[in-house]
This record gives sequence, C-alpha cells and structure tokens, in this order.
Amino acid sequence: MSEPSLSTLAAQLASKQISSRELAQAYLDRIAALNPAINAFITVDAEKTLFEAAAADALIAAGQAGPLTGVPIAHKDIFCTDGWLTTCGSKMLHNFVAPYDAHVIQRFKAAGMPSLGKTNMDEFAMGSSNETSYFGAVKNPWNPAYVPGGSSGGAAACVAARMAPAATGTDTGGSIRQPAALCGITGLKPTYGLVSRFGMIAFASSLDQAGPMAPSAEDCALLLNVMTGFDPNDSTSLDREKEDYTRDLDKPLAGLRVGLPREFFAEGLNSEVAAAVEIAVAELKKLGATTVDISLANSRLAIPVYYVLAPAEASSNLSRFDGVRYGYRAPEYGNLDDMYSKTRAQGFGAEVKRRILIGAYVLSHGYYDAYYLQAQKIRRLIADDFSEAFKVCDVILGPTAPGTAFKLGEKSDDPVEMYLNDLYTIPANLAGLPGMSLPCGFDARGLPIGLQLVGNYFSEAKMLNVAHQYQHVTDWHARQPATEGAS
Amino acid sequence: MQWETVIGLEVHTQLATRSKIFSGSSTAFGAAPNTQASAVDIALPGVLPVLNRGAVECAIKFGLAIGATLNRINVFDRKSYFYPDLPKGYQISQLAKPIVEGGALNIVVGDTERSIRLTRAHMEEDAGKSLHEDFHGMTGIDLNRAGTPLLEIVSEPEMRSSAEAVAYARALHTLVTWIGICDGNMQEGSFRVDANVSVRPVGQVELGTRREIKNLNSFRFLQQAIDYEVRWQIETLEDGGRIEQATVLFDPDRGETRMMRSKEEAHDYRYFPDPDLLPVKLDEDWIEAVRATLPELPVAMQVRFQHDYGVSAYDAAVLTGSRALADYFETAAQACGQGKLAANWVMGELSAALNKAELDIAQSPVSAAHLGALIARIQDGTLSGKLAKQVFEGLWEGAGEVDAIIEARGLKQMSDSGELEKIIDAVLAANPKSVEEFRAGKEKAFNALVGQVMKASRGKANPAQVNELLKARLQ
Repeated sequence: MSEPSLSTLAAQLASKQISSRELAQAYLDRIAALNPAINAFITVDAEKTLFEAAAADALIAAGQAGPLTGVPIAHKDIFCTDGWLTTCGSKMLHNFVAPYDAHVIQRFKAAGMPSLGKTNMDEFAMGSSNETSYFGAVKNPWNPAYVPGGSSGGAAACVAARMAPAATGTDTGGSIRQPAALCGITGLKPTYGLVSRFGMIAFASSLDQAGPMAPSAEDCALLLNVMTGFDPNDSTSLDREKEDYTRDLDKPLAGLRVGLPREFFAEGLNSEVAAAVEIAVAELKKLGATTVDISLANSRLAIPVYYVLAPAEASSNLSRFDGVRYGYRAPEYGNLDDMYSKTRAQGFGAEVKRRILIGAYVLSHGYYDAYYLQAQKIRRLIADDFSEAFKVCDVILGPTAPGTAFKLGEKSDDPVEMYLNDLYTIPANLAGLPGMSLPCGFDARGLPIGLQLVGNYFSEAKMLNVAHQYQHVTDWHARQPATEGAS
Repeated sequence: MQWETVIGLEVHTQLATRSKIFSGSSTAFGAAPNTQASAVDIALPGVLPVLNRGAVECAIKFGLAIGATLNRINVFDRKSYFYPDLPKGYQISQLAKPIVEGGALNIVVGDTERSIRLTRAHMEEDAGKSLHEDFHGMTGIDLNRAGTPLLEIVSEPEMRSSAEAVAYARALHTLVTWIGICDGNMQEGSFRVDANVSVRPVGQVELGTRREIKNLNSFRFLQQAIDYEVRWQIETLEDGGRIEQATVLFDPDRGETRMMRSKEEAHDYRYFPDPDLLPVKLDEDWIEAVRATLPELPVAMQVRFQHDYGVSAYDAAVLTGSRALADYFETAAQACGQGKLAANWVMGELSAALNKAELDIAQSPVSAAHLGALIARIQDGTLSGKLAKQVFEGLWEGAGEVDAIIEARGLKQMSDSGELEKIIDAVLAANPKSVEEFRAGKEKAFNALVGQVMKASRGKANPAQVNELLKARLQ
C-alpha cells in the first residue's frame, strides 16, 4: 500500500475514487496479513468496521461528509466503545464489552470515521514497552525483536506498519510520544483538558490526556480538530473556543525561538539520538529558527514525582475493579475479602500491582505529607520552570526518549530502568503542557529516532507548524518499515 | 465518683435535590433496585463525576442558616475502602477543606437555652445498600442510593446529656427541613445520626475515650442508645476497666450497644483530593443569590412572634418547631387578629387532636383559615369557649365553614336577655335550697346555680351574662 496522507485519503473519498468500504477493507486485509506477527490489535471486527464504513459512504453520497468522513482509524483499547470489547490490556477487563462510547469515540463517530479495531497497550497504560499487556507484547514493525514502546504501543505499531492510517492514543507520562518515537511516527499529547477524558479508562486522572498518532504532523492536526472540544461530562475539560489546528501549518519559521534544555542533552542520552536531534535543530535553523539555551532544573525530579503521583491516583482509580459488577472475578473464593484479594491478585498483572502498592503506600496515614504533598509541591516547581522558559522561547526541543527501541525482555526485569525511558516526556504531563514526538532519523540498527517538542499551554497549532515545516524538508516521517506478507 | 457525659453528633442529611450529586440519576426513594443507577453511579470504567450545583446550594443555605464560615474554595477528596455497595472503591467526600466550618445552633432543654457550636459540614455522596436477607446466603446490592448527595454535619462535643443530644438533633432536623435542604424522613434514612459518646470525672478537662454509635434513625433510639452507652461506660470504668475507642451499633430490641469494629480494625481511608473534580469556588454573587432564597429562619421568627403576636418565648419556640406549624399559626393568627388565642388553640385543641389522630400539621383537617375564623367568633362573643370546641369538632369532621356549623347546629351563644331571664327564673324556682344557702352566705351555692342555668341553656348562655343576671336577681 502506498502512503497517502489523511488529507489525500479524504480527497479520494470525496471525489469517489475509492469508497470508505473499499478503504476499510484494504486496511482490514493488511491487518489480517501483518497483525499476527505484530500483535498491534486486541480486537478486530470486520463486520462492525464495514458497517461503519458503509454509513460513511452514505454520508459522502448524501453530500454530508466532513473533512475526514470515511477515513478509518484505530482506537487504543483504553477508550470505551459501545458494543466492542474494551479491555485496557488487562485480564481484569478481558470480558468487558462497553455499553457506551467515550467522548473521543463519539467525536470520531460523529466525524464519520470508521473504527478499524482496538489496539493493544500496556495493561491499564502502565508501561513503556507494551510488554505488560495481558494480550501479549506488541512487536516493533521496524524489527520484531524490539519493543514498540508504550503504553500506546499497538497504536504506534499499527500506524508504523500502515495497518491503519491513524490511531488514537493516550499519554500519562509519555505513552503517545515515546512509542511514536520508537516506531517512527508522529504523535501529539495536547494541553491537559483539551480532549475529554470521559470514557477513557483512568490511569492517573490529573495526567491522562488523549491525542492523535499518525505518520505526519498534518495528519495529527486534522485528527486534533476532531478530538478536541468542551465536554460537560468531564469536569476537567476546558470550555474554550474551537480552534483549527491546521491554520498555521504553512507559516514560515523565521523568527522562531527554539529552547534547548541543557538537562535534556546531558548524561544518559544515547549518542546516536543526540546526534540526530542536533541535525534536526540545524535543519530548523536553516528554516529561520534561532536557538536558546534554557534550563529545566527541576525536571531531574520528574521521575520520582511521577512515580508518587501517578501510582497514588492509579491505586484509587483501579479500586473499582473489584469483581463485583463487571470484568474478571476469581472463580473460587471464601468470603468477601477473599473474593477481592483473589480477583485482584489474578486479574491484575505484576506492573499494575506494583503501582497499586506504591500508590496505596504513599497515600497511607503518616506518609501522605512526606510523599504525596511533597510531590505536588515539586510538580508546581517543574511547571514553574517551563513558565520561565517560555518567556524566552516559543517551543522547547529535545529527544523524546533517551534511546531507540530496546529488545523485548531487555528491561522488563528492571522497572527503574524501564521508568527512565520516560525521563524527557514526563515533565510535560506534570505541567499539563502539550508535547509531541516526530521522527528525526534512524540509529545504526535501523530503528527510528524521535524528537520532542513541548509547547506552552494551547500552543498546539504552533507546535504542529514547526513539525510540519520540518517534515516539509525531511522525509523521516514518510519512511516505512519493510513488511513481509503484505500486499 | 461523679461523672460527666460528653456527646458530639455527626448527622448525615440527604439533600433534597432531584438528581444525584455527581450524575443525572433520580434520587427518588423506593424505586426497584438498581433502576436509578447510571453508568456513573455503578462506576463503569471511564466514567467521570460532574458536580450537581443544587447540592452545593443546599450546603450554602445551611452554612448561612447557622452563621458559619463558607469556604470560598472547598475541595472534594476521595475516601477509599472496599465494600460491594461502594462502586468506585472510594467515596467522594470533603476532608481538609469542607464547604462549611463553624456556626452554632440553639437548643432548649427544660428552662435552659444553650448554643451548641458546629465543627463543620461537608458534602459527600451516599453509598448503595447491601441487602443481606432474601438471597439465601448471598448479598444483594442496590445502587439506587449510591451517589445521593449528603451533607454531613458535625457538632463540637458540647452536649452533656442525652436530652441535650436529642434537643440538638431535633433543632437540626427542624432547621434542615425548614430551609428545605432535606425532607427529614428518618424512616427512609434522610436524617441519620451518629453519636460520639464519652464520660469523664467531673472537673477533668481532658476528654475520655469515645465510642461512636452509628446510624441512629429516630430520636427515641438516640436517647436510649446514649443512655445505655453512658451507663455502660461508667460501669466499665468503675469496675476498673478501660474504654477502647470503637464503633458500636445500637440494637433497639435489646436496648444495648454492640461493638462493630475496634480502633485496630479502623480503615486507613487514604484520603487525597479527587483529581476528577475541580475545587468548588463560591463567589459572592452566588452566595447572595442563595441567601435571597432562604426563608425567615426559626430564631428570627420566634423574636417576631413574641413582638407581633404577644406570645411567650416558650410558645414562640414551640410554634416554630416546624415551618408548617409556624406558617399555620401565623395564618390563623392573622385571620382572627388574636395571636395569643390562636397560639393557645394551635398548641392546645389542634395539637391534641392531631396527636390523637397521628396526623402532621400539614395534614390537619382544620385549615388555618378556618381556625382563625373560629377564634374570631369567640372574640366577637358569638361563641363561648365550650361552644367553640363543638364548632372545632365540626370543622374537624369537615362539616363546612365556621358560621354554617354554628347555624346548622344551633351553637350560637344566647344573647337575648329575656330568654335567659326566663331560664334563670325557672332554675331559681326549681332550686330553692341553693337560693337559701346562697343567701345564708355560701358562695358555692351560686356556682351551682350558674351551672344549672348553663345546663338549662344547653351551653349556649354567655357565662358572664349569666353571672350578672343571676347576681341581680338574687340581691
């Protein structure tokens, strides 16, 4: 399959060169061919997909098509989808068919975009390699011995392998950006509150944010136009005027001030990644940008702060999975407490249990002030560093992850080593800022390298402008892994 | 040793909103199990709470009514514990920054009036119900109540007897129903009382160890439970025992409190601010808009009743026992222009009849307008007190308007002195002995003659007129 952008696909659909059904079928065929090796999808339901595609064709025929009507998309299995299995990558929800649509799903449905299926993910979005999924690890399409990153690993892999033209993801500490980097695609985590969390299974409520994943920045801009918007069902949703995120894509970059945080280019960064990012900076300079050295001094505390706050919220958010009303329940148990403990011992995987334990500990009586409150204070300091930085620059640029993809199993026995993969992505979640990852090269093993942009609040259009201009003069985002067995 | 009792109450009032505190489901009582439980109420994956402004307004009303501080920024926290009728595994409540802090409530016990200070009042959601019967060893869960808004109202430990605790609970019950934030239905669980009880030697400043009696759903049980608990604590201490902090339940059948869990078994609730909800911000405009909807409060009304209608402080307190009673009194008093008489009738004849029939003032078969009209007929001399009681019975039976009943039953007081003189003559003629005794100086004989005249007139004679005419005749 060639590599048409979303706007090209939309144009082909609008001019009736191809129907939504034909398009969906082509992707379903590719999924059938490639997914057994990559395992990017947990649920594929061709009948449902084609039914939705037929409805999109009807809209197009009736002249009621929107900008992306008929273009199919894959959804991370964290979004509740009416009538679809919605597992969140966990045995706990292995049998849970959602009775309602998440706000994000509603918006894509309203835009006439058929669902290609539900993508694999780390269990409850806890992981950076997609190895914690109850439904098995996802393989990196660039090399199946390597991880695709996580937690939106299925989403990144299916887009990289062109099993879907686009996918939704969610990002709590880097779960859109890090897999986008490791799979060589573009992914954007919006400003906290821009996309409704309603129907998105909660991991850490104050950090979770949904966003688009696609080959290019232009694609992401089009998807963001669909996803964002005020939702009265989410109290943290922001009630602000609707934006067109494509509006600034073609703006020249002359005068752009790019902030380079020295902490993001320090020890721990893989030299190939550093070199690729520096070349990208040079490219932006050619486009008229200037660079500013900045400091995000408190970012060094981002990982410890995150691993207090996120588990604290998660331990509470995951309390509802108790075997009483839905999902997994242990087949045999004595009394009520036994039912709870067996259900949760059997239903959750090791990483989820580890975080629940950490979270329960830091919230417990006598430790709350020392951990949770202290972490909240540092969180504020980290956000303040960004505010200072944005006084002297328009966007912040650095690597998305300290390295490229690692081998399956390589870090799964060392949680701290795994956690360090989110070193550069976590600060934006803690501050609630938008961040995106875009491809900027390959390492010696042929694995993609990603660079990260972090913008000020609501500066998505600016970030997309920078990314689009960069992608205009580079073709990293257009590179595709060699795939066997596909047409 | 002399012991002093120390009591503080925590009262859970269900707020009278139509929908739940964080979802649009109905809060109506008595629906089939789980028919009023939405995706949010049963805590499906991915759902989020959205605060009901109506519940906040109820809390604001309460804060204004007790003269409390309204925290301009207040915060919802999660209180975590596992129980099948708690769908999220946590209850959304307010710990560190409740909406209401401080304030006070006046209580009257005997002749003594006291002001009891409140610690705080905070908003939270109710849990569902676990039904342990009818399921053959299994437990049924009904989540209709899950998410019903509650205001938990916490007093300072300032009550010193079960009578004071009951007076406080009653005053609170009156207030929350008065300002319309709670229907006050104790059978349906709309007003549930937990009592923290401890004892200490008189003169000791330090508080004794408390035990908390949970979920008392009547004033009588509140009194009985505290009385039992206080006796038990004093006996335990006098026998050389120690009181361990604990939560207990009251068994009304046996009249005893029973241990539910000890301090060791107490939960660590792992409170933290709910990240799904923004802090609640109260601006002055909102507070003032809510203040404008508050009715005249009981305390203000008591002062006004004393001033406008000349009733005693005690009567004013009784008449403001509920808003319905106060409204009834005021309507009746205005209809007849006789405040004191109206107070006597409302607190006397009417209350007795309502009690006997087990009716509430709102269900009174005699309307306030009718009672006022009746009192007006006493005032203008048409009716004696005794005749008025007969008219009242007619009103109670629904026999029609006051004047129609008087007419139909011939209950008009006799005002024709000629007719009365004839009766007096007949009575004097028939009772020569009494006449003689009176003339010999026995005052009692006069009363007997009055009685005879009243009887002969079938109660319709005006007693004052009888006195006057009889005296004139006997001199």
